[in-house]
Amino acid sequence: MRTRFDKELDHLHEAMEEIGQLCKESISESTDALFTGNYHKAEDTINLHHRIHKAERDIEETCLRLLMEQQPVATDLRIISASLKAVYDLERIGEIGADIAELILKEHLSDANDMLNLKSMSQIATCMVNDAVTALANQNVELAKAVIDRDDQVDEGFGKAKAFLIDNFNKDGNPEYLINLMMVAKYFEKIGDHAVNIAKWSLFVTTGKTGR
Amino acid sequence: MMEDKITIKKLNLYYSDFHALHDINVHIQKNEITAFIGPSGCGKSSLLRSLNRMNDLVEGCRIDGSIKLDGTDIYNGDLDVTVLRQRVGMVFQRPNPFPMSVYDNVAYGPRIHGITEKKELDEIVETSLKQAAIWDDLKDRLKKSALGLSGGQQQRLCIARALAVKPEVLLMDEPTSALDPISTSKIEELALELKKNYTIVIVTHNMQQAVRISDKTGFFLLGDLVEFGETDQLFSMPKDERTEKYITGRFG
Repeated sequence: MRTRFDKELDHLHEAMEEIGQLCKESISESTDALFTGNYHKAEDTINLHHRIHKAERDIEETCLRLLMEQQPVATDLRIISASLKAVYDLERIGEIGADIAELILKEHLSDANDMLNLKSMSQIATCMVNDAVTALANQNVELAKAVIDRDDQVDEGFGKAKAFLIDNFNKDGNPEYLINLMMVAKYFEKIGDHAVNIAKWSLFVTTGKTGR
Repeated sequence: MMEDKITIKKLNLYYSDFHALHDINVHIQKNEITAFIGPSGCGKSSLLRSLNRMNDLVEGCRIDGSIKLDGTDIYNGDLDVTVLRQRVGMVFQRPNPFPMSVYDNVAYGPRIHGITEKKELDEIVETSLKQAAIWDDLKDRLKKSALGLSGGQQQRLCIARALAVKPEVLLMDEPTSALDPISTSKIEELALELKKNYTIVIVTHNMQQAVRISDKTGFFLLGDLVEFGETDQLFSMPKDERTEKYITGRFG
């Protein structure tokens, strides 16, 4: 009865999974570039952002067209509006990945010392994005809630990094280097926030509540 | 606490052996628009028609349970059917103006109810046409035949005719299904304006119309009221899977 609309929704679902996959790659590539000295990975991350940005625009267009053509209600409406909102956060994650990559290239940050525990922050943030994207795709309430809870861990990591920076800023070493690493820490903390937003939109699909 | 204008309790409706409505309970609140939706044959129009006893005219139709208007049972109480239909007016799917002038169409009801003085009738005609948002279109054509009006104008004239006897409730049975989009939007705006002074119950196949104008929506299926609630809630997060399937076009 509504074969065409169902196909379009399937297509939207695939496109959301795809952009989610690109975002996960973006974070892992930029983190690799930071710790391995592989500048190609940083360049890859910047290229990934172009793809993510294009995917975002395609998804936006699909959602707006479906809103206009199908005047969706109920689950259809919640899926389409959640996709429209979540894709913004996904694109931001892609952009943050590119920002980290640009910082690495500009400031020659590769092979970084992990004194700020960035590896751990990156792992948690990657995991959050991964689970948020899965929760959104499969409407998994428990997974979405877990993502929201885990945000405290990234925040805690950021707090520790900041404390380390304050303690060591004037000691031997390189204050500029520390500031650059601190920026990366902030980027990971922001990625965590965007993952939380995606998890909340995934909850909206299941519960119909937009509570923040 | 919102005030019930019409209270439907344990209503069953039969057309001879056919059980058309099963145990319906609905609270229709004052100054709200209540929409009934559902596939053809689900019983929504039967329910609408029983609210001013239009089903009395259908052979073999009987009901049990109760429908109360401001607390008075309209089937078993002391309420005269003529008074009931004055208090609960109806607008139909196809505009049905009488083959007479615009003026006489609107004055028809008041005349039947004994108003003869020209000045009073003039006032009623003007007020009713203004309330139906069609006075400006028709004020210079009051003596012309109503049959010469466009479909949208005819339907607003029928609304004016219904308003002329000063009803409290307005029943609308798919009032825009025969109209173009502009006329439809005028009737919808009119309904939103009228609900300030009237209680409106509308049967519609246009679900977006229910979303746009109604406060509450009831979804009917095979004679059951599957779900009744706030329109926003019903269309964004329906509770019953059958409602979800119907409003998303998976059956019906």
